[in-house]
Amino acid sequence: MKVLVPVKRVIDYNVRPRVKADQSGVDLANVKMAMNPFDEISIEEAVRMKEKGLATEVVVVSIGPAQAQETIRVGLAMGADRGILVQTDANVEPLAVAKILAKIVEAEQPGLVIAGKQAIDDDSNATGQMLAALLGWPQGTFASAVAKDGETLKVTREIDGGLQTLALQLPAVVTTDLRLNEPRFASLPNIMKAKKKPIDTKSPADYGVDIAPRLSVVKVAEPKKREAGEKVADVDALITKLKSVGAI
Amino acid sequence: MAVLVLAEHSNAALNDVTAKTVAAAQAFGGDIDVLVAGHNAGAAAQAAGKLAGVRKVIHVEGEAFDHGIAEAIEALVVPLMGGYDAFFAPATSIGKNAAPRIAAKLDVMQVSEITKVIDASTFERPIYAGNAIMTVKSSDAKKVITVRGTAFQAVASTGSASVETAAAPAGPFKSAFVSAEIAKSDRPELASAKRVVSGGRALASAEQFNAVILPLADKLGAGVGASRAAVDAGYAPNDYQVGQTGKVVAPELYVAIGISGAIQHLAGMKDSKIIVAINKDEEAPIFQIADYSLVGDLFKIVPELTSKL
Ligand SMILES: Cc1cc2nc3c(=O)[nH]c(=O)nc-3n(C[C@H](O)[C@H](O)[C@H](O)COP(=O)(O)OP(=O)(O)OC[C@H]3O[C@@H](n4cnc5c(N)ncnc54)[C@H](O)[C@@H]3O)c2cc1C
Ligand SMILES: Nc1ncnc2c1ncn2[C@@H]1O[C@H](COP(=O)(O)O)[C@@H](O)[C@H]1O
Repeated sequence: MKVLVPVKRVIDYNVRPRVKADQSGVDLANVKMAMNPFDEISIEEAVRMKEKGLATEVVVVSIGPAQAQETIRVGLAMGADRGILVQTDANVEPLAVAKILAKIVEAEQPGLVIAGKQAIDDDSNATGQMLAALLGWPQGTFASAVAKDGETLKVTREIDGGLQTLALQLPAVVTTDLRLNEPRFASLPNIMKAKKKPIDTKSPADYGVDIAPRLSVVKVAEPKKREAGEKVADVDALITKLKSVGAI
Repeated sequence: MAVLVLAEHSNAALNDVTAKTVAAAQAFGGDIDVLVAGHNAGAAAQAAGKLAGVRKVIHVEGEAFDHGIAEAIEALVVPLMGGYDAFFAPATSIGKNAAPRIAAKLDVMQVSEITKVIDASTFERPIYAGNAIMTVKSSDAKKVITVRGTAFQAVASTGSASVETAAAPAGPFKSAFVSAEIAKSDRPELASAKRVVSGGRALASAEQFNAVILPLADKLGAGVGASRAAVDAGYAPNDYQVGQTGKVVAPELYVAIGISGAIQHLAGMKDSKIIVAINKDEEAPIFQIADYSLVGDLFKIVPELTSKL
């Protein structure tokens, strides 16, 4: 079974994003970029499936600028086999990403797609579900455990109130949550090896997908600032304060 | 114009977030119908009919709906959308799971977790863990929206809409329910609790989390939350996680105990009315947004606070 893993190049999660003064967006110039953290978890899961003999090949796909190639290389260094870069400088919305991925699925015929549950830049939490719908596949979103059992995949999901386990008929789409695994660090020899692994470069037009955005950005603003309050000396002072504002 | 709102419910009762989603739909405008898809969900359908401003309730029975199976919700909603201009779902685990499938089938780009409706095509939503607020205008003919409940005031239960029944879509679906582990608790539900007490990595074990955090929560009648670090380490269950990728809460009172205040955590709680932080590190970022900051050892402070309340 081939596993396809879509990965997005996003702002590093340690960086505090800054809104541009003209409110046109978030300033990404000279900002450290990295693989979306959920996508590292997806790669880890796919590579583990390969190590267990459950998957035959792991293909990493990214839709983004030329630099997204570096993001794909990170996946290859973690153990994926090859990459596909769908190169564009445009901002591609989840719906268009899902359409491109659906075309790649048609061409590659994977048995499983493992995406992240959410990209930490747009916070959409939509692409995996959209892809599943376009393909008519079942989905196991927000996965905290995945187990393959013949032609079904058991997915344990983090839901409101607890956990739910579903049995999906393969092929299927899984989206990863934080507790699924702890991604490995790529070793130096593996980083070197990854340089020789193939990456195909394509364009959205190669897949005949219209990537024109459906949402236009009116503005991107700073959130309301919360002022720091006051230090209280001890528990008694805290209780007095909370009583005075009616919080207790 | 007409809006179809997906109800969140437990079959026996309507979840509070449904009334908040209806409020968002009212801001959008037009007639509002509420879809109650469930299993023995008559009581929830009746409750939905009482929500102010609702035109009618569509009640659909099916076992798949008991488990929020996304394909079943998609198969039910997509054919109904011929009669609607917008689909609104709460940004809960069920809504987030199903709504994008509906959007893709309608060839619409979903607007996720809106916090404000500006007009019938313009919405505000937080991005980058709430470090920026984006205003977007949708050019799609129909809108598919998920709603952040904490940003809207629930409508009252003063209505009297009629309840219609409709047929469930024929299965089978390619995903089947196997099991669920849902913790039963007498404490208020985290997402809608008026007060929340959260613990972080500093609690250092599940035993200490339970021994320190829970008595304070019980004294305050509060829901219980946690940071990702506390959840990852197994001190608290997964669904206690508050933050960018966990639950978003905005209670009257939020007490952060042994939590440093990473941006991903703040994303889930910084709209709380009053924030209390207890941390031994004077420089902890959580103090930059707290109304009342108490510097010191939580293992001394929290038991004292609990006993004095
Ligand atoms: C993709 C992604 C998504 C994430 N999503 C979330 C999310 O949704 N929610 C979330 O919370 N995090 C999230 N995180 C993690 C986040 O970045 C932080 O790692 C996490 O919030 C830290 O948890 P913490 O504050 O409990 O731990 P720490 O940062 O380790 O802080 C522990 C604090 O306890 C204090 N302390 C220690 N001992 C005591 C004592 N005896 N008394 C008083 N204080 C004490 C310390 O001074 C410190 O400030 C995410 C990260 C990533 C990469
Ligand atoms: N441009 C992209 N290229 C590749 N994968 C993407 C892209 N955008 C989103 N994804 C995938 O979809 C997931 C969810 O993203 P989102 O729906 O934007 O929150 C990510 O974790 C990735 O797995």
